[in-house]
Amino acid sequence: MSAEPVVDDLTDDLTDDQRVDDQPAEDVDHVAALRVLESESVHIIREVVAELERPVLLFSGGKDSIVLLRLAEKAFRPHPLPFPILHVDTGHNFDEVIEFRDRRVAPTPDNPGGIRLIVASVQESIDSGRVAESTDPSGSRNRLQTRTLLDALEAGGFDAAFGGARRDEDRARAKERVFSFRDEFGQWDPRSQRPEPWSIYNGRIRRGESVRVFPLSNWTETDIWRYIEIENLDLPPIYYASEREVFDRDGILLAVSPHSRPRDGEQVSTEWVRYRTVGDLTITGAVRSRATTIPEIIAEISDATVSERGETRADDRTSSAAMEDRKREGYF
Amino acid sequence: MSTTIAPQRSGPAPESRRRQILRLATAGSVDDGKSTLIGRLLHDTGSLPTDHLDAVTDDEGVADLAALSDGLRAEREQGITIDVAYRFFSTASRNYVLADTPGHERYTRNTFTGASNAHVAVLLVDARNGLQVQTRRHARIATVLGVPHVIAAVNKIDLVDYSAERFAEIEADLAELATQVGIDHILAIPVAAKDGDNVVDRSVNTPWYTGPTLLEYLEGVELVAPSPTTDELRFPIQWVSRPTDLHRRRYYGRLAAGRLHVGDSVTILPSGNSSVVTAVDTLDDDREFAVAPLSISIELADDIDVGRGDVIVSAAETAHAPVLARELDATVCWLSDTPLHAGDRVALKHGAATVRATVQSLERRLDPETLIEQVGPSSLGLNDIGVITLRTSSVVVADTYLENRDTGAFILIDESSNDTVGAGTITQAREVVPGKATRNDIKWHPSSLIRSERWQKTGQRGATVWLTGLPASGKSTVAVALERELVSRGRVAYLIDGDNIRHGISDDLGFSPGDRAENIRRVGHLARLFGDAGVVSIASMVSPLRSDREIARQLHHAADLEFIEVHVSTPVTECERRDPKGLYERARRGELKGLTGVDAPYEKPENPDLRFDTTGEDIEELAGRVLAVLVERGVLDG
Repeated sequence: MSAEPVVDDLTDDLTDDQRVDDQPAEDVDHVAALRVLESESVHIIREVVAELERPVLLFSGGKDSIVLLRLAEKAFRPHPLPFPILHVDTGHNFDEVIEFRDRRVAPTPDNPGGIRLIVASVQESIDSGRVAESTDPSGSRNRLQTRTLLDALEAGGFDAAFGGARRDEDRARAKERVFSFRDEFGQWDPRSQRPEPWSIYNGRIRRGESVRVFPLSNWTETDIWRYIEIENLDLPPIYYASEREVFDRDGILLAVSPHSRPRDGEQVSTEWVRYRTVGDLTITGAVRSRATTIPEIIAEISDATVSERGETRADDRTSSAAMEDRKREGYF
Repeated sequence: MSTTIAPQRSGPAPESRRRQILRLATAGSVDDGKSTLIGRLLHDTGSLPTDHLDAVTDDEGVADLAALSDGLRAEREQGITIDVAYRFFSTASRNYVLADTPGHERYTRNTFTGASNAHVAVLLVDARNGLQVQTRRHARIATVLGVPHVIAAVNKIDLVDYSAERFAEIEADLAELATQVGIDHILAIPVAAKDGDNVVDRSVNTPWYTGPTLLEYLEGVELVAPSPTTDELRFPIQWVSRPTDLHRRRYYGRLAAGRLHVGDSVTILPSGNSSVVTAVDTLDDDREFAVAPLSISIELADDIDVGRGDVIVSAAETAHAPVLARELDATVCWLSDTPLHAGDRVALKHGAATVRATVQSLERRLDPETLIEQVGPSSLGLNDIGVITLRTSSVVVADTYLENRDTGAFILIDESSNDTVGAGTITQAREVVPGKATRNDIKWHPSSLIRSERWQKTGQRGATVWLTGLPASGKSTVAVALERELVSRGRVAYLIDGDNIRHGISDDLGFSPGDRAENIRRVGHLARLFGDAGVVSIASMVSPLRSDREIARQLHHAADLEFIEVHVSTPVTECERRDPKGLYERARRGELKGLTGVDAPYEKPENPDLRFDTTGEDIEELAGRVLAVLVERGVLDG
């Protein structure tokens, strides 16, 4: 009975003061569905804080983690966020994303303390010999992130890590539980996931074990954008179309940067592009676009025939089980 | 508190304003084509990105739609679904969440997970094979879970030459199954998921079929949501903030039912305290009211004790109250390889509350093959669905699952492995007042004597002295001395020793935590009956857990009998030095598991009526101290 979202009622209750005369009915419609998703996610976030000792939120500066951070702030307001955020910095970032990150955690009138940010550096892991950088010129730092992440979780004594992963991203992600149990090595065993009926989550772990928690499991890419729109969330500018210098590598449009330079035969051109996802510069492709506003972006992804990861992530193309393998190792 | 509330819209909502999320779960045997059907639904509604399709298309351009949701390497290798895959698509009118659940019997627990929130369950039936064990089991799971709509996709209809006769046979079998599991009707749709017949588009190959295609059905199915009223309010508290200089204490959670307004009078359960709501925050703005299923936070007018696991309900006289239950009848799906037995102890997580529970009895077990219910099974095995009775160590604020899916459902957790081992739905919740007959099929047969008459005529007043402490702490030594002293004074007194009781009344019990709790429960009842008869019973029981001793105490208090708890607090080093039965030595050698004080916990009484350590003490003197308490309580004359 109550598991059935009372959408009609939500529409009444939630949109009365958002409704303006010229707002199309369809928009009002989506708001109610988003409030149901929001409510589910907040319930998950609070459950973690109530049941586990030391949670942390993994923050990449991408749209999903921006939505996740907003939900986490809402879950505890008017009190400040009761846990820090963790950025795994590959060293190959878009400058705009790092600037955004630092702006996002800065003190505000509502939160004079700001948000506590922990930066875990892949470069440091390489320098200290914890991981070795691939000598393969097409190799990215994506796989290396896992070690840095696990080290940072251990160093902080974190027993729960929130991630912004969505089940619609990838078929291995579609198999994830909301509470994803990890052993003392951070490993995922898809065969022995805890049954998760209703919305009752089992957060019990032993010392050394941890859970990865995915409050955005049931959100889609479109939901994320619609939520950014209704919440008026600030984003790194690379999500909006502008002219940038890019080159084509195996069908992926890469930005020209100190970390990603064209090789012989790869032509640099200036094009109107934007990013559909934020990751490492070396593997994240841009999409040709003129969309400079959120409604334009929503229209564009509604028409897109290629998925977000398919269009923009070079690393997932290497093997049909790339994501599953990385998850088993401890990636989120 | 800011925004004012715009007036309520009157009249029914225009069609375009509704956007519902429909949750769909597939079920059925391996190879019936569940994953293919999901793939087909995504493909034919244009919800499939080309790169996802390319990934499952072979060199000859043939797409394997099943591989879309079989996202794990092992699944693709074995061609089976191991775990639930969640997929999403939208149409003009609805958002869909699809749970593609496994057909393999070993992974039934995942089917249970996938179907727990579903509005529609689609049973896949291979047209060639007809109904299978798994079809029946999954239909039963759907009914246990109260899935509102159960339909069947009769798949691979192309492989029976689109035969109307074959389809009619299966329809008849489904009608029989519906009756068996107690559903009105199971709509059957003939489909060929591989080719798309009757999935999204109507098939030209089945001219004899006049019903809806699968998508037409999903688009049209009515999702009934009762309008939430204040009287039904259920607000389980998930988290409580500490007050700061800037902010008052706040209570956070998700509304499981009903609605809540600023100014509402509410009652906090189980304490029963009342207060008034002074602020409601629904996340999108400060508002003055909220409806289920929103996550909210509230403030109350009074600083009262409210904690995680408490439930806030309406204080209105017309409100529908939940049961403050100590005993639950439930239908459970057992999800663990280790079977469940009567007497087992588990942790029960219900809403935001986790309590300990003992399995009181196994009433029935469903045979998935025949759907016949076996009465009084000795255990429930992996994937079994059974009806059980649980007794909880503290109060559970419960509704039945029929009344509320959130407050009527629970999971069971093994406290040693932390695994989720069971999931259940409450069919009846009972408030158990210890000492009162709570089963309506059994009545207490009254004696012609009332207690005061009995005690007066015999000159005996009953009471119970409960000695608790580590093994070898000296409980029984004190108990024996006390018994002797009482009898020498002409009183009827009797020693109930934890070991002795296992020679008879409890000879069916082992030493699992559940069995130990059951042993203590039996002694508690026995002592209460003795007390009623006028006997002073002296129970000498390790009884390591507070909750078990508390049950015994409550039984006595409910029967208006004195219960004197004595904590024999001899330190473990001294107990181990004595070790008359060699228990500690065996435990240290690893031959004995679960010895209290070594590798099992002992919860000291917080406020015992008497506490002493027997080290170097005179036993007669210690027994004398207990006698003094009995005198003080009026059980003995001075």
